Amino acid sequence: MKKYKFIVTLLGITALIASCGNQGNGSSNGALSSSAAEKAYVAPGEHDEFYAFMSGGYSGNITVYGLPSGRMFKEIPVFSQFPTSGYGYSEETKPMLNTSFGFVPWDDSHHPDISQTKGELDGRWIFINGNNTPRIARVSLSTFETEEIIEIPNSAGNHSSSFITENTEYVVAGTRFSVPVPQRDMPINEYKGNFKGSLSFISVAPENGRLNLEFQLTMPGFNYDLSHPGRGKSHGWFFFTTYNTEEANSLMEVNSSQNDKDFIAAINWKKVEEYVKNGGGTLMPAEYAHNVYDEHTHTATSTMKKEVLTVNPLDVPGAVYFLPTPKSPHGCDVDPSGQYIIGNGKLSADLTVHSFDKMIAAIEGKKFDGEAYGIPILKFEDVLAGVVKSGGLGPLHTEFDGKGNAYTTFFISSEVVKWKLGTWEVLDRQATFYSVGHLMIPGGNSAKPFGKYVVAMNKITKDRYLPVGPEMEHSAQIYDISGDKMELIYDFPTHGEPHYAAGIPADMLAPKSKKIYRLDENKHPYAVLNPADARVERDGNEVHVYMSTIRSHFTPDNIEGVKVGDKVYFHITNHEQDFDVPHGFAMIGQNTSELLVMPGQTKTSVWEPKKVGVWPFYCTDFCSALHQEMQGYVRVSPASSDLPISFSLGD
Amino acid sequence: MKKASLIMIIGPLFLLGLYVFPLWNIILGAPQYPEPLGMNIHIDGIRDMNEFDLQNIDGLNHYIGMRTLPKPADMWEFSTFPLVIGGMVALGVLIGLLGYLNKVSYKWFLGWFILMSILGVLGMYDFNAWMVDYGTNLDPNAIMKLSNPDGTPMTYSPPLFGKANMLNFKVTSLPSIGAWLMFVGMMLTVVAFFVGWKNSTPISTKESTKLTTP
Repeated sequence: MKKYKFIVTLLGITALIASCGNQGNGSSNGALSSSAAEKAYVAPGEHDEFYAFMSGGYSGNITVYGLPSGRMFKEIPVFSQFPTSGYGYSEETKPMLNTSFGFVPWDDSHHPDISQTKGELDGRWIFINGNNTPRIARVSLSTFETEEIIEIPNSAGNHSSSFITENTEYVVAGTRFSVPVPQRDMPINEYKGNFKGSLSFISVAPENGRLNLEFQLTMPGFNYDLSHPGRGKSHGWFFFTTYNTEEANSLMEVNSSQNDKDFIAAINWKKVEEYVKNGGGTLMPAEYAHNVYDEHTHTATSTMKKEVLTVNPLDVPGAVYFLPTPKSPHGCDVDPSGQYIIGNGKLSADLTVHSFDKMIAAIEGKKFDGEAYGIPILKFEDVLAGVVKSGGLGPLHTEFDGKGNAYTTFFISSEVVKWKLGTWEVLDRQATFYSVGHLMIPGGNSAKPFGKYVVAMNKITKDRYLPVGPEMEHSAQIYDISGDKMELIYDFPTHGEPHYAAGIPADMLAPKSKKIYRLDENKHPYAVLNPADARVERDGNEVHVYMSTIRSHFTPDNIEGVKVGDKVYFHITNHEQDFDVPHGFAMIGQNTSELLVMPGQTKTSVWEPKKVGVWPFYCTDFCSALHQEMQGYVRVSPASSDLPISFSLGD
Repeated sequence: MKKASLIMIIGPLFLLGLYVFPLWNIILGAPQYPEPLGMNIHIDGIRDMNEFDLQNIDGLNHYIGMRTLPKPADMWEFSTFPLVIGGMVALGVLIGLLGYLNKVSYKWFLGWFILMSILGVLGMYDFNAWMVDYGTNLDPNAIMKLSNPDGTPMTYSPPLFGKANMLNFKVTSLPSIGAWLMFVGMMLTVVAFFVGWKNSTPISTKESTKLTTP
């Protein structure tokens, strides 16, 4: 009996402990996960609150996501060939990837930035930089297609790009690697004092977004890492972080990390602009491609530019100053008011915040601490607004919520830290998974952020998702920042390696997103606007097929008289004028990609038949219940054949 | 009689709305058409509800062998209806004016209404006959030939009034603004008749005068 009692007591205690444990875990987990799920959940058929445009890094493109759901909507091809749509493969889009080095089918896309008016997002275009072969692209936010790419001469590692000024006057592109300017054959170890860093200012035409490289500042041979525009009171200035002010050229990870402080370069671009307008600067021979896509001809053209206007900063007094900033700063961020310039010293624990007002006072008081290549260095103590002692390690980037708070990523300690502007006190910190690089708050790089969510873009994924071998997509986390504390609400894989993102409220873009291209506005020289005009024409060994598509047939669908050795151009016009009814085109043995032709659009694919026979082509997009019937044949005769061209449909 | 005649002049003018607004509206919704396709039937032709709707409806209809939607020149109705409406408006206004000048009696008002009603019923009959023909007289080489459960070939006439399911589409067919204006105008002519009738009875005129002016 005693024994029995003991067992009952024991069971009771065990049950009590167990239930306590359960209760504790259950309630906290349950409450947390259910509210997080509600916050990230966008019901089927509902739309997200924000668009997020993430750079693709080494994918070279931009991916479009919804926030807070983390659902991916589209990949916009920018710098990389994209067989899905035929971008960079079709005759119309090949010129988009033309450079002074010839056709470059890939790049490393980094920092998207949405156009602004008066410092606020206006949703006209999004810009992004190609880091490897220096280029800047402009993407339309009504068609969500790349419309323009301009190459940047005298630049290498186009990294402190593509950030725009308050009214989209300029998109700015700085070089990460300094190089000989102009390029020449010289010993690498003569870098110091001889290499230069170019900061390029590209104007954006307000009516159509057309880009023009207005001038390049030829700066000392440091590495210009990141940049951001002044805004509000600091509008007219641009700030660049630098590292390798040691000007080392080998074993950089050690040799460029020796100086206790590097610089933030403050550029008064309005002064430089005025200098240039008054005839200042030196025209230098250069070679760079300017590629423009026309929405009505559906065709890109590439022109090679031959000179660039360079400006020596010493020729424009009062235009350039250096702000000493500790330990190889990476991100260079400006708060919504334009007062604070944040240097994220990536090799330190602290954040350095400079004051714009103090900087102006120091300049006016001529409180200089020497100079570098003739450029005045301001005294660190005179420009310093404060230091954020975060306790984190390896700060990289900072964004703002518009409510007086800043959010900084710490790569080494793998966290996002929330702190207060002005008091510099740390308010909250949340772990990221793992090693966060950039972060994004919609409008976080503008005078008017929409501080509801922050997205952390991580460099390391490891065990976050089901394993898929050694190579994985990068992970991202979404935090709700509407309360005092950040709350992790969702975790999702991204495509490529997003280096930055730009977010915008959905209602600013969704209503003006194009549904179709109008056939009656199609000005493509090879378009067929009426199926009766569909035809095949021979011009020497070139064969031009003027083809139209509608659910569910090609016109024409039988073609004879093509010969081995011909170059056959299929010019496909999609006659649909209904939302989301593309037609595809693919030809057997074609040494290029398929085409995906949107309603009202014309695209061209080249096929060089190598074998005699009868070869099929078909529609690659499941366009209707009769999609499987959407096919045709081309008869290929020997090169010696004299069979004339003929074509038909339905005989 | 002056009041009744004024109403009789105003009533037929409402029919002029038919030159601007559609008489009838047919909407086709389906799972893959969250924004439905639609056609507005005007007295002088069929038009898009949203741009490209007719082209897209034709594109879908070709699967089941329906002819393309008629252009104004394809049907005599689209040139005749505007003339008939115009004639009836002119006639109605004329009757009203003559009534105002005491040249015709209020009974003519009802006469106009009855004539207009007969023409309206004939118009509906013609319209329905066209829809039946359009939905039944299908291309024998149609891509999709479907049968009803009893084995008869499926037909696709939209309803004259109300809703119907046709394959994956839900079809809604209802009078539109032009028809409602016509209805109001015709009712006004009936009102004109009654007002005229009341005023023409001497006793009741006196009584009503007494009642309204105490």
